[in-house]
Amino acid sequence: MTHVYDTRGFARSLETTGAWLLGALWVLPLVYAFWTAFHPGEFSTRFVLSAPLTLSNFVKAWEAAPFARYFVNTILLVTMVLAAQLVLVTLAAYAFARFEFPGRKVLFALVLVQLMIMPDVLIVENYRTMAALGLKDTILAIGLPYMASAFGIFLLRQTFKTVPRELDEAARIEGCGPLAVLWKVYVPLARPVYLAYALVSVSYHWNNFLWPLVITNSVESRPLTVGLQVFASTDQGIDWSIITAATLLTTAPLLVAFLLFQRQFVQSFMRAGIR
Amino acid sequence: MTRTTQWVYGWLLLLPAAALLALFTHYPVVATAWHGLLSTPKGARPAVWVGLDNYRQLGADPIFWQALVNNTWFALWTIPASIALSLLMAVWINGRIAGRSFLRLAYFTPTILPMIAVANIWLFFYTPEYGLLEQVLGAFGAPSHNWLGSKSTALPALMVVTVWKEAGFFMIFYLAALQSMSPHLAEAAAIEGASRWYFFRRVTFPLLMPTTLFVLVNAVINAFRMVDHVVVMTRGGPDNATALLLYYIYEIGFRFWDSAYAAALTMVLLAILGLLALAQFWFLERRVHYQ
Repeated sequence: MTHVYDTRGFARSLETTGAWLLGALWVLPLVYAFWTAFHPGEFSTRFVLSAPLTLSNFVKAWEAAPFARYFVNTILLVTMVLAAQLVLVTLAAYAFARFEFPGRKVLFALVLVQLMIMPDVLIVENYRTMAALGLKDTILAIGLPYMASAFGIFLLRQTFKTVPRELDEAARIEGCGPLAVLWKVYVPLARPVYLAYALVSVSYHWNNFLWPLVITNSVESRPLTVGLQVFASTDQGIDWSIITAATLLTTAPLLVAFLLFQRQFVQSFMRAGIR
Repeated sequence: MTRTTQWVYGWLLLLPAAALLALFTHYPVVATAWHGLLSTPKGARPAVWVGLDNYRQLGADPIFWQALVNNTWFALWTIPASIALSLLMAVWINGRIAGRSFLRLAYFTPTILPMIAVANIWLFFYTPEYGLLEQVLGAFGAPSHNWLGSKSTALPALMVVTVWKEAGFFMIFYLAALQSMSPHLAEAAAIEGASRWYFFRRVTFPLLMPTTLFVLVNAVINAFRMVDHVVVMTRGGPDNATALLLYYIYEIGFRFWDSAYAAALTMVLLAILGLLALAQFWFLERRVHYQ
Protein backbone atom coordinates (compact mmCIF):
# COMPACT_ATOMS: atom_id res chain seq x y z
CA MET A 1 0.00 0.00 0.00
CA THR A 2 1.36 3.41 -0.86
CA HIS A 3 0.91 6.35 1.39
CA VAL A 4 1.10 9.55 -0.57
CA TYR A 5 1.35 11.57 2.62
CA ASP A 6 4.23 9.60 4.12
CA THR A 7 6.92 12.03 5.13
CA ARG A 8 10.45 11.90 3.80
CA GLY A 9 13.90 13.03 4.82
CA PHE A 10 14.27 15.17 7.90
CA ALA A 11 10.56 15.35 8.73
CA ARG A 12 10.43 11.59 8.64
CA SER A 13 13.28 11.07 11.08
CA LEU A 14 11.74 13.70 13.32
CA GLU A 15 8.49 11.75 13.38
CA THR A 16 10.20 8.44 13.97
CA THR A 17 12.12 9.95 16.86
CA GLY A 18 8.92 11.35 18.32
CA ALA A 19 7.11 8.03 18.05
CA TRP A 20 9.98 6.18 19.71
CA LEU A 21 10.36 8.75 22.48
CA LEU A 22 6.68 8.38 23.27
CA GLY A 23 6.99 4.60 23.09
CA ALA A 24 9.95 4.67 25.48
CA LEU A 25 8.02 6.91 27.84
CA TRP A 26 5.12 4.45 27.71
CA VAL A 27 7.15 1.35 28.60
CA LEU A 28 9.39 3.10 31.10
CA PRO A 29 7.20 2.48 34.19
CA LEU A 30 6.92 -1.20 33.28
CA VAL A 31 10.62 -1.63 32.63
CA TYR A 32 11.26 0.08 35.92
CA ALA A 33 8.86 -2.29 37.69
CA PHE A 34 10.61 -5.31 36.17
CA TRP A 35 14.01 -3.99 37.20
CA THR A 36 12.92 -3.45 40.78
CA ALA A 37 11.14 -6.78 41.10
CA PHE A 38 14.00 -8.89 39.76
CA HIS A 39 16.84 -7.25 41.69
CA PRO A 40 17.68 -7.18 45.42
CA GLY A 41 16.26 -4.27 47.38
CA GLU A 42 19.48 -2.25 47.47
CA PHE A 43 19.42 -2.03 43.67
CA SER A 44 15.79 -0.98 43.40
CA THR A 45 16.82 2.55 42.53
CA ARG A 46 20.42 2.00 41.50
CA PHE A 47 20.75 1.04 37.90
CA VAL A 48 24.00 -0.83 37.41
CA LEU A 49 24.27 -3.63 34.91
CA SER A 50 26.22 -5.80 37.34
CA ALA A 51 23.28 -5.96 39.77
CA PRO A 52 22.50 -9.62 40.51
CA LEU A 53 19.17 -11.03 39.37
CA THR A 54 16.97 -12.64 41.98
CA LEU A 55 13.56 -14.18 42.42
CA SER A 56 13.55 -13.73 46.17
CA ASN A 57 11.20 -10.73 45.99
CA PHE A 58 8.57 -12.92 44.37
CA VAL A 59 9.09 -15.65 46.93
CA LYS A 60 8.77 -13.16 49.79
CA ALA A 61 5.64 -11.62 48.32
CA TRP A 62 4.06 -15.02 47.74
CA GLU A 63 4.77 -16.03 51.34
CA ALA A 64 3.69 -12.74 52.89
CA ALA A 65 0.07 -12.77 51.68
CA PRO A 66 -2.40 -15.45 50.57
CA PHE A 67 -1.96 -14.72 46.88
CA ALA A 68 -2.76 -18.31 45.94
CA ARG A 69 -6.20 -17.88 47.45
CA TYR A 70 -6.62 -14.48 45.75
CA PHE A 71 -5.77 -16.11 42.43
CA VAL A 72 -8.41 -18.78 42.98
CA ASN A 73 -10.95 -16.10 43.90
CA THR A 74 -10.22 -14.00 40.83
CA ILE A 75 -10.34 -16.99 38.51
CA LEU A 76 -13.65 -18.08 40.06
CA LEU A 77 -14.96 -14.55 39.71
CA VAL A 78 -14.09 -14.01 36.07
CA THR A 79 -15.28 -17.49 35.08
CA MET A 80 -18.58 -17.09 36.87
CA VAL A 81 -19.22 -13.60 35.52
CA LEU A 82 -18.33 -14.58 31.97
CA ALA A 83 -20.45 -17.75 32.00
CA ALA A 84 -23.48 -15.89 33.33
CA GLN A 85 -22.94 -12.99 30.93
CA LEU A 86 -22.72 -15.24 27.88
CA VAL A 87 -26.03 -16.92 28.67
CA LEU A 88 -27.99 -13.82 29.73
CA VAL A 89 -26.61 -11.59 27.02
CA THR A 90 -27.24 -14.13 24.26
CA LEU A 91 -30.87 -14.63 25.24
CA ALA A 92 -31.59 -10.92 25.60
CA ALA A 93 -29.80 -9.99 22.36
CA TYR A 94 -31.77 -12.67 20.50
CA ALA A 95 -35.03 -11.26 21.86
CA PHE A 96 -34.14 -7.73 20.77
CA ALA A 97 -32.80 -8.77 17.38
CA ARG A 98 -35.47 -11.17 16.19
CA PHE A 99 -38.70 -10.95 18.21
CA GLU A 100 -41.57 -8.50 18.04
CA PHE A 101 -43.13 -7.80 21.39
CA PRO A 102 -44.78 -4.85 23.07
CA GLY A 103 -42.38 -2.64 24.98
CA ARG A 104 -39.34 -3.67 22.97
CA LYS A 105 -38.12 -0.14 22.31
CA VAL A 106 -38.64 1.05 25.86
CA LEU A 107 -36.96 -2.04 27.28
CA PHE A 108 -34.00 -1.61 24.96
CA ALA A 109 -33.61 2.01 26.03
CA LEU A 110 -33.75 0.83 29.65
CA VAL A 111 -30.96 -1.64 28.92
CA LEU A 112 -28.82 1.09 27.37
CA VAL A 113 -29.07 3.12 30.58
CA GLN A 114 -26.42 0.80 32.00
CA LEU A 115 -23.90 1.95 29.39
CA MET A 116 -23.87 5.37 31.03
CA ILE A 117 -24.65 4.43 34.63
CA MET A 118 -22.43 1.45 35.28
CA PRO A 119 -22.60 -0.56 38.50
CA ASP A 120 -19.30 1.09 39.47
CA VAL A 121 -21.08 4.31 40.45
CA LEU A 122 -23.96 2.63 42.31
CA ILE A 123 -21.79 1.10 45.02
CA VAL A 124 -23.72 2.57 47.95
CA GLU A 125 -27.14 1.17 47.00
CA ASN A 126 -25.80 -2.12 45.66
CA TYR A 127 -23.98 -2.63 48.96
CA ARG A 128 -27.29 -2.18 50.75
CA THR A 129 -28.97 -4.68 48.42
CA MET A 130 -26.24 -7.26 48.91
CA ALA A 131 -26.52 -6.85 52.68
CA ALA A 132 -30.28 -7.39 52.45
CA LEU A 133 -29.77 -10.51 50.33
CA GLY A 134 -27.20 -11.81 52.82
CA LEU A 135 -24.53 -11.93 50.12
CA LYS A 136 -22.01 -9.49 51.59
CA ASP A 137 -18.42 -10.68 51.36
CA THR A 138 -19.04 -13.38 48.75
CA ILE A 139 -17.59 -13.83 45.28
CA LEU A 140 -21.12 -14.02 43.91
CA ALA A 141 -21.82 -10.51 45.21
CA ILE A 142 -18.81 -9.11 43.33
CA GLY A 143 -20.07 -10.51 40.04
CA LEU A 144 -23.83 -10.20 40.33
CA PRO A 145 -24.27 -6.51 39.35
CA TYR A 146 -22.26 -7.05 36.17
CA MET A 147 -23.90 -10.22 34.89
CA ALA A 148 -26.60 -8.56 32.80
CA SER A 149 -24.25 -6.51 30.66
CA ALA A 150 -25.83 -3.79 28.52
CA PHE A 151 -22.63 -3.59 26.52
CA GLY A 152 -22.82 -7.30 25.69
CA ILE A 153 -26.51 -7.16 24.81
CA PHE A 154 -25.90 -4.23 22.49
CA LEU A 155 -22.89 -5.84 20.85
CA LEU A 156 -24.58 -9.19 20.21
CA ARG A 157 -27.84 -7.64 19.08
CA GLN A 158 -25.94 -5.80 16.37
CA THR A 159 -24.29 -9.07 15.33
CA PHE A 160 -27.50 -11.12 15.37
CA LYS A 161 -29.20 -8.51 13.20
CA THR A 162 -26.67 -9.12 10.44
CA VAL A 163 -27.58 -12.83 10.25
CA PRO A 164 -29.64 -13.38 7.07
CA ARG A 165 -33.29 -14.16 7.79
CA GLU A 166 -33.15 -16.97 5.21
CA LEU A 167 -30.83 -19.03 7.43
CA ASP A 168 -33.19 -18.55 10.32
CA GLU A 169 -36.20 -19.60 8.25
CA ALA A 170 -34.43 -22.59 6.72
CA ALA A 171 -33.64 -23.90 10.19
CA ARG A 172 -37.25 -23.41 11.22
CA ILE A 173 -38.54 -25.33 8.21
CA GLU A 174 -36.31 -28.20 9.28
CA GLY A 175 -38.26 -28.23 12.51
CA CYS A 176 -36.03 -26.25 14.89
CA GLY A 177 -37.70 -24.32 17.69
CA PRO A 178 -36.54 -20.76 18.51
CA LEU A 179 -33.92 -21.90 21.00
CA ALA A 180 -32.54 -24.51 18.62
CA VAL A 181 -32.29 -21.85 15.91
CA LEU A 182 -30.40 -19.62 18.32
CA TRP A 183 -28.00 -22.42 19.21
CA LYS A 184 -27.48 -23.78 15.69
CA VAL A 185 -27.55 -20.62 13.57
CA TYR A 186 -26.92 -17.45 15.55
CA VAL A 187 -24.37 -18.55 18.14
CA PRO A 188 -21.95 -20.21 15.67
CA LEU A 189 -22.07 -17.20 13.34
CA ALA A 190 -21.27 -14.81 16.19
CA ARG A 191 -18.21 -16.75 17.39
CA PRO A 192 -15.63 -13.96 16.76
CA VAL A 193 -17.83 -11.49 18.60
CA TYR A 194 -18.10 -13.87 21.53
CA LEU A 195 -14.33 -14.16 21.63
CA ALA A 196 -13.98 -10.38 21.55
CA TYR A 197 -16.54 -9.93 24.29
CA ALA A 198 -14.97 -12.65 26.42
CA LEU A 199 -11.52 -11.05 26.29
CA VAL A 200 -12.88 -7.62 27.15
CA SER A 201 -15.00 -9.03 29.97
CA VAL A 202 -12.21 -11.13 31.49
CA SER A 203 -9.73 -8.26 31.48
CA TYR A 204 -12.35 -5.89 32.92
CA HIS A 205 -13.23 -8.16 35.82
CA TRP A 206 -9.66 -9.26 36.45
CA ASN A 207 -8.84 -5.57 36.86
CA ASN A 208 -11.96 -4.32 38.62
CA PHE A 209 -11.25 -2.83 42.01
CA LEU A 210 -13.60 -0.38 43.73
CA TRP A 211 -16.73 -2.54 44.00
CA PRO A 212 -14.78 -5.65 45.13
CA LEU A 213 -12.97 -3.46 47.67
CA VAL A 214 -16.29 -2.33 49.10
CA ILE A 215 -18.16 -5.61 49.13
CA THR A 216 -15.43 -8.02 50.27
CA ASN A 217 -13.91 -8.20 53.67
CA SER A 218 -12.06 -11.50 53.96
CA VAL A 219 -9.32 -13.56 52.37
CA GLU A 220 -11.94 -16.08 51.23
CA SER A 221 -13.65 -13.68 48.84
CA ARG A 222 -11.08 -10.99 47.99
CA PRO A 223 -9.93 -10.89 44.36
CA LEU A 224 -6.30 -10.21 43.41
CA THR A 225 -6.70 -6.46 42.94
CA VAL A 226 -8.08 -5.95 46.43
CA GLY A 227 -5.61 -8.45 47.87
CA LEU A 228 -2.76 -6.53 46.28
CA GLN A 229 -4.00 -3.26 47.70
CA VAL A 230 -4.40 -4.69 51.20
CA PHE A 231 -0.92 -6.17 50.91
CA ALA A 232 0.71 -3.01 49.60
CA SER A 233 -0.93 -0.62 52.03
CA THR A 234 -0.80 -2.45 55.33
CA ASP A 235 1.38 -5.53 55.48
CA GLN A 236 4.46 -4.20 53.88
CA GLY A 237 5.76 -0.86 55.04
CA ILE A 238 7.61 0.43 52.01
CA ASP A 239 9.66 -2.46 50.70
CA TRP A 240 9.22 -1.50 47.09
CA SER A 241 10.98 -4.53 45.66
CA ILE A 242 8.43 -6.84 47.23
CA ILE A 243 5.45 -4.64 46.38
CA THR A 244 6.50 -4.42 42.75
CA ALA A 245 7.08 -8.16 42.65
CA ALA A 246 3.57 -8.70 44.00
CA THR A 247 2.21 -6.25 41.45
CA LEU A 248 3.81 -8.12 38.58
CA LEU A 249 2.73 -11.42 40.06
CA THR A 250 -0.93 -10.45 40.11
CA THR A 251 -0.88 -9.13 36.55
CA ALA A 252 1.34 -11.87 35.11
CA PRO A 253 -1.38 -14.17 33.71
CA LEU A 254 -3.07 -11.30 31.91
CA LEU A 255 0.23 -9.86 30.68
CA VAL A 256 1.47 -13.24 29.41
CA ALA A 257 -1.84 -13.97 27.71
CA PHE A 258 -1.72 -10.55 26.12
CA LEU A 259 1.81 -10.96 24.82
CA LEU A 260 0.98 -14.39 23.39
CA PHE A 261 -2.31 -13.40 21.79
CA GLN A 262 -1.54 -9.77 21.08
CA ARG A 263 -3.30 -9.69 17.73
CA GLN A 264 -6.49 -11.28 19.06
CA PHE A 265 -6.54 -8.89 22.00
CA VAL A 266 -6.16 -5.79 19.88
CA GLN A 267 -8.69 -7.01 17.35
CA SER A 268 -11.13 -7.96 20.08
CA PHE A 269 -10.95 -4.57 21.73
CA MET A 270 -11.41 -2.99 18.31
CA ARG A 271 -14.37 -5.19 17.45
CA ALA A 272 -15.97 -4.48 20.79
CA GLY A 273 -15.63 -0.77 20.19
CA ILE A 274 -17.00 -0.51 16.70
CA ARG A 275 -20.72 -0.62 16.98
CA MET B 1 -45.14 -18.33 14.86
CA THR B 2 -48.21 -16.45 16.05
CA ARG B 3 -48.02 -12.94 17.39
CA THR B 4 -48.69 -14.06 20.93
CA THR B 5 -45.97 -16.70 20.92
CA GLN B 6 -43.60 -14.05 19.57
CA TRP B 7 -44.49 -11.88 22.54
CA VAL B 8 -44.09 -14.67 25.04
CA TYR B 9 -40.76 -15.76 23.60
CA GLY B 10 -39.47 -12.20 23.50
CA TRP B 11 -40.35 -11.55 27.11
CA LEU B 12 -39.13 -14.89 28.38
CA LEU B 13 -35.77 -14.54 26.63
CA LEU B 14 -35.37 -11.11 28.10
CA LEU B 15 -36.53 -11.97 31.59
CA PRO B 16 -33.27 -13.10 33.26
CA ALA B 17 -31.22 -10.16 32.02
CA ALA B 18 -34.04 -7.69 32.67
CA ALA B 19 -34.48 -8.93 36.23
CA LEU B 20 -30.79 -8.47 37.05
CA LEU B 21 -30.65 -5.08 35.33
CA ALA B 22 -33.71 -3.94 37.23
CA LEU B 23 -32.25 -5.11 40.53
CA PHE B 24 -28.74 -3.70 40.13
CA THR B 25 -29.14 -0.70 37.82
CA HIS B 26 -32.68 0.67 37.80
CA TYR B 27 -33.70 -0.06 41.35
CA PRO B 28 -30.49 1.45 42.81
CA VAL B 29 -31.03 4.67 40.86
CA VAL B 30 -34.55 5.05 42.28
CA ALA B 31 -33.46 3.92 45.74
CA THR B 32 -30.60 6.44 45.71
CA ALA B 33 -33.07 9.24 45.03
CA TRP B 34 -35.26 8.02 47.92
CA HIS B 35 -32.46 7.44 50.43
CA GLY B 36 -31.04 10.86 49.69
CA LEU B 37 -34.19 12.32 51.26
CA LEU B 38 -33.89 10.30 54.47
CA SER B 39 -31.46 10.43 57.36
CA THR B 40 -28.81 7.78 57.94
CA PRO B 41 -30.10 5.14 60.39
CA LYS B 42 -27.87 5.02 63.46
CA GLY B 43 -28.04 2.12 65.89
CA ALA B 44 -31.61 1.79 67.12
CA ARG B 45 -32.63 5.05 65.46
CA PRO B 46 -34.30 4.30 62.10
CA ALA B 47 -34.04 6.53 59.05
CA VAL B 48 -36.47 9.45 59.11
CA TRP B 49 -37.66 11.83 56.40
CA VAL B 50 -35.40 14.89 56.27
CA GLY B 51 -36.44 16.33 52.93
CA LEU B 52 -33.65 18.27 51.30
CA ASP B 53 -31.42 18.44 54.37
CA ASN B 54 -28.77 16.20 52.80
CA TYR B 55 -28.66 18.46 49.78
CA ARG B 56 -28.37 21.56 51.99
CA GLN B 57 -25.46 19.91 53.77
CA LEU B 58 -23.99 19.18 50.36
CA GLY B 59 -24.28 22.79 49.25
CA ALA B 60 -22.39 23.86 52.36
CA ASP B 61 -19.76 21.14 52.17
CA PRO B 62 -16.45 22.58 50.92
CA ILE B 63 -14.99 19.11 50.29
CA PHE B 64 -17.88 18.27 47.98
CA TRP B 65 -17.30 21.44 45.99
CA GLN B 66 -13.61 20.77 45.87
CA ALA B 67 -14.25 17.22 44.62
CA LEU B 68 -16.53 18.61 41.94
CA VAL B 69 -13.96 21.18 40.85
CA ASN B 70 -11.17 18.58 40.95
CA ASN B 71 -13.25 16.19 38.86
CA THR B 72 -14.01 18.91 36.33
CA TRP B 73 -10.34 19.80 35.95
CA PHE B 74 -9.49 16.13 35.84
CA ALA B 75 -11.94 15.61 32.96
CA LEU B 76 -10.97 18.80 31.13
CA TRP B 77 -7.28 17.85 31.09
CA THR B 78 -7.26 14.09 30.74
CA ILE B 79 -9.92 13.79 28.04
CA PRO B 80 -8.42 16.09 25.40
CA ALA B 81 -4.89 14.98 26.26
CA SER B 82 -5.59 11.28 25.92
CA ILE B 83 -7.66 11.73 22.76
CA ALA B 84 -5.00 13.90 21.09
CA LEU B 85 -2.23 11.50 22.05
CA SER B 86 -4.20 8.47 20.92
CA LEU B 87 -4.86 10.06 17.54
CA LEU B 88 -1.18 10.89 17.17
CA MET B 89 -0.22 7.33 18.07
CA ALA B 90 -2.72 5.91 15.60
CA VAL B 91 -1.50 8.16 12.78
CA TRP B 92 2.10 7.17 13.49
CA ILE B 93 1.38 3.47 13.62
CA ASN B 94 -0.82 3.62 10.55
CA GLY B 95 2.07 5.17 8.61
CA ARG B 96 5.22 3.27 7.74
CA ILE B 97 7.21 4.10 10.82
CA ALA B 98 10.13 1.89 11.77
CA GLY B 99 9.29 -0.69 14.45
CA ARG B 100 5.55 -0.13 14.39
CA SER B 101 4.59 -3.48 15.87
CA PHE B 102 6.79 -2.81 18.88
CA LEU B 103 5.38 0.69 19.20
CA ARG B 104 1.83 -0.61 19.03
CA LEU B 105 2.64 -3.05 21.81
CA ALA B 106 4.26 -0.31 23.88
CA TYR B 107 1.33 2.06 23.52
CA PHE B 108 -1.32 -0.57 24.15
CA THR B 109 0.13 -2.53 27.07
CA PRO B 110 -0.97 -0.13 29.88
CA THR B 111 -4.55 -0.71 28.80
CA ILE B 112 -4.75 -4.34 29.80
CA LEU B 113 -3.04 -3.92 33.18
CA PRO B 114 -5.18 -3.25 36.24
CA MET B 115 -5.25 0.41 37.26
CA ILE B 116 -4.54 -0.68 40.81
CA ALA B 117 -1.31 -2.39 39.72
CA VAL B 118 -0.04 0.43 37.53
CA ALA B 119 -0.92 2.90 40.27
CA ASN B 120 1.41 1.00 42.59
CA ILE B 121 4.17 1.21 40.01
CA TRP B 122 3.61 4.93 39.47
CA LEU B 123 3.49 5.48 43.21
CA PHE B 124 7.04 4.21 43.38
CA PHE B 125 7.91 6.25 40.29
CA TYR B 126 6.80 9.43 42.08
CA THR B 127 8.33 8.61 45.47
CA PRO B 128 10.25 11.55 46.93
CA GLU B 129 14.04 11.24 47.28
CA TYR B 130 14.54 7.88 45.57
CA GLY B 131 11.75 7.45 43.02
CA LEU B 132 12.80 7.35 39.38
CA LEU B 133 11.31 10.74 38.55
CA GLU B 134 13.26 12.37 41.37
CA GLN B 135 16.47 10.69 40.25
CA VAL B 136 16.07 11.79 36.64
CA LEU B 137 15.19 15.35 37.59
CA GLY B 138 17.92 15.35 40.22
CA ALA B 139 20.45 14.46 37.53
CA PHE B 140 19.48 17.70 35.79
CA GLY B 141 19.93 19.57 39.03
CA ALA B 142 16.23 20.11 39.76
CA PRO B 143 15.36 20.47 43.46
CA SER B 144 13.61 17.57 45.19
CA HIS B 145 9.86 17.72 45.08
CA ASN B 146 7.11 15.59 46.64
CA TRP B 147 4.89 15.14 43.61
CA LEU B 148 2.00 13.38 45.32
CA GLY B 149 2.44 15.17 48.61
CA SER B 150 2.00 18.76 47.53
CA LYS B 151 -1.34 20.30 46.68
CA SER B 152 -0.30 21.84 43.41
CA THR B 153 1.14 18.74 41.74
CA ALA B 154 -0.83 15.80 43.20
CA LEU B 155 -3.81 16.05 40.84
CA PRO B 156 -1.68 16.63 37.71
CA ALA B 157 0.41 13.61 38.74
CA LEU B 158 -2.75 11.48 38.76
CA MET B 159 -3.80 12.95 35.42
CA VAL B 160 -0.53 11.78 33.87
CA VAL B 161 -1.20 8.23 35.06
CA THR B 162 -4.71 8.36 33.61
CA VAL B 163 -3.58 9.62 30.21
CA TRP B 164 -0.82 7.02 30.16
CA LYS B 165 -3.35 4.30 30.90
CA GLU B 166 -6.05 5.41 28.46
CA ALA B 167 -4.33 6.72 25.34
CA GLY B 168 -3.37 3.28 24.04
CA PHE B 169 -6.91 2.05 24.45
CA PHE B 170 -8.36 4.87 22.40
CA MET B 171 -5.56 4.50 19.87
CA ILE B 172 -6.85 1.16 18.60
CA PHE B 173 -10.24 2.62 17.71
CA TYR B 174 -8.58 5.36 15.67
CA LEU B 175 -6.30 2.79 14.14
CA ALA B 176 -9.27 0.68 13.06
CA ALA B 177 -10.96 3.72 11.53
CA LEU B 178 -7.81 4.85 9.73
CA GLN B 179 -7.22 1.41 8.29
CA SER B 180 -10.73 1.26 6.88
CA MET B 181 -10.24 4.59 5.11
CA SER B 182 -9.77 4.41 1.36
CA PRO B 183 -6.23 5.29 0.18
CA HIS B 184 -7.79 6.89 -2.91
CA LEU B 185 -8.87 9.83 -0.79
CA ALA B 186 -5.27 10.72 -0.03
CA GLU B 187 -4.19 10.16 -3.63
CA ALA B 188 -6.94 12.40 -4.95
CA ALA B 189 -6.13 15.10 -2.42
CA ALA B 190 -2.42 14.92 -3.25
CA ILE B 191 -3.19 15.36 -6.96
CA GLU B 192 -5.25 18.42 -6.08
CA GLY B 193 -2.19 19.74 -4.26
CA ALA B 194 -3.54 19.64 -0.72
CA SER B 195 -0.86 19.77 1.94
CA ARG B 196 -0.61 16.94 4.44
CA TRP B 197 -1.91 19.05 7.30
CA TYR B 198 -4.77 20.39 5.16
CA PHE B 199 -5.73 16.83 4.18
CA PHE B 200 -5.73 15.75 7.81
CA ARG B 201 -7.75 18.76 8.95
CA ARG B 202 -10.34 18.73 6.17
CA VAL B 203 -10.66 15.05 5.25
CA THR B 204 -9.20 12.62 7.78
CA PHE B 205 -10.36 14.33 10.94
CA PRO B 206 -13.99 14.86 9.84
CA LEU B 207 -14.17 11.26 8.68
CA LEU B 208 -12.92 10.15 12.10
CA MET B 209 -15.74 12.03 13.84
CA PRO B 210 -17.82 8.95 14.74
CA THR B 211 -14.72 7.37 16.29
CA THR B 212 -13.94 10.57 18.14
CA LEU B 213 -17.45 10.65 19.53
CA PHE B 214 -17.24 7.04 20.66
CA VAL B 215 -13.88 7.65 22.30
CA LEU B 216 -15.12 10.87 23.87
CA VAL B 217 -18.09 9.16 25.50
CA ASN B 218 -15.82 6.48 26.91
CA ALA B 219 -13.32 9.05 28.13
CA VAL B 220 -16.03 11.08 29.85
CA ILE B 221 -17.51 8.06 31.61
CA ASN B 222 -14.04 6.98 32.72
CA ALA B 223 -13.26 10.44 34.07
CA PHE B 224 -16.15 10.06 36.51
CA ARG B 225 -15.87 6.33 37.12
CA MET B 226 -12.18 5.60 37.54
CA VAL B 227 -10.89 6.33 41.04
CA ASP B 228 -8.72 3.26 41.67
CA HIS B 229 -5.56 5.32 41.37
CA VAL B 230 -6.85 7.83 43.92
CA VAL B 231 -7.38 5.01 46.44
CA VAL B 232 -3.88 3.66 45.87
CA MET B 233 -1.82 6.80 45.41
CA THR B 234 -3.23 9.66 47.45
CA ARG B 235 -6.46 8.70 49.24
CA GLY B 236 -7.85 12.03 48.15
CA GLY B 237 -5.05 14.00 49.81
CA PRO B 238 -3.13 16.13 50.39
CA ASP B 239 -5.87 18.26 51.91
CA ASN B 240 -8.49 16.89 49.45
CA ALA B 241 -6.50 18.11 46.46
CA THR B 242 -7.13 14.82 44.65
CA ALA B 243 -10.62 14.01 45.93
CA LEU B 244 -12.74 13.03 42.92
CA LEU B 245 -16.51 12.71 43.15
CA LEU B 246 -16.74 8.92 43.21
CA TYR B 247 -13.83 8.72 45.63
CA TYR B 248 -15.64 11.12 47.96
CA ILE B 249 -18.77 8.96 47.70
CA TYR B 250 -16.66 5.96 48.65
CA GLU B 251 -15.20 7.79 51.64
CA ILE B 252 -18.55 9.04 52.91
CA GLY B 253 -20.29 5.74 52.27
CA PHE B 254 -17.69 3.26 53.43
CA ARG B 255 -15.32 5.05 55.76
CA PHE B 256 -17.78 7.33 57.54
CA TRP B 257 -20.77 5.04 56.84
CA ASP B 258 -23.07 8.00 56.22
CA SER B 259 -25.25 6.27 53.62
CA ALA B 260 -27.87 9.02 53.32
CA TYR B 261 -25.30 11.69 52.53
CA ALA B 262 -23.54 9.26 50.17
CA ALA B 263 -26.89 8.79 48.39
CA ALA B 264 -27.24 12.55 47.91
CA LEU B 265 -23.70 12.68 46.52
CA THR B 266 -24.45 9.77 44.20
CA MET B 267 -27.47 11.71 42.89
CA VAL B 268 -25.12 14.50 41.82
CA LEU B 269 -22.93 12.02 39.97
CA LEU B 270 -25.99 10.42 38.34
CA ALA B 271 -27.25 13.85 37.29
CA ILE B 272 -23.89 14.62 35.67
CA LEU B 273 -23.87 11.30 33.81
CA GLY B 274 -27.49 11.80 32.75
CA LEU B 275 -26.78 15.27 31.39
CA LEU B 276 -23.78 13.92 29.51
CA ALA B 277 -25.95 11.19 27.99
CA LEU B 278 -28.44 13.81 26.79
CA ALA B 279 -25.65 15.98 25.41
CA GLN B 280 -24.31 12.97 23.59
CA PHE B 281 -27.66 12.26 21.91
CA TRP B 282 -28.00 15.90 20.95
CA PHE B 283 -24.52 15.91 19.49
CA LEU B 284 -25.11 12.63 17.67
CA GLU B 285 -28.27 14.05 16.10
CA ARG B 286 -26.70 17.05 14.50
CA ARG B 287 -22.95 17.05 14.38
CA VAL B 288 -21.51 13.71 13.50
CA HIS B 289 -20.65 13.14 9.92
CA TYR B 290 -21.24 9.53 8.97
CA GLN B 291 -19.84 8.16 5.75
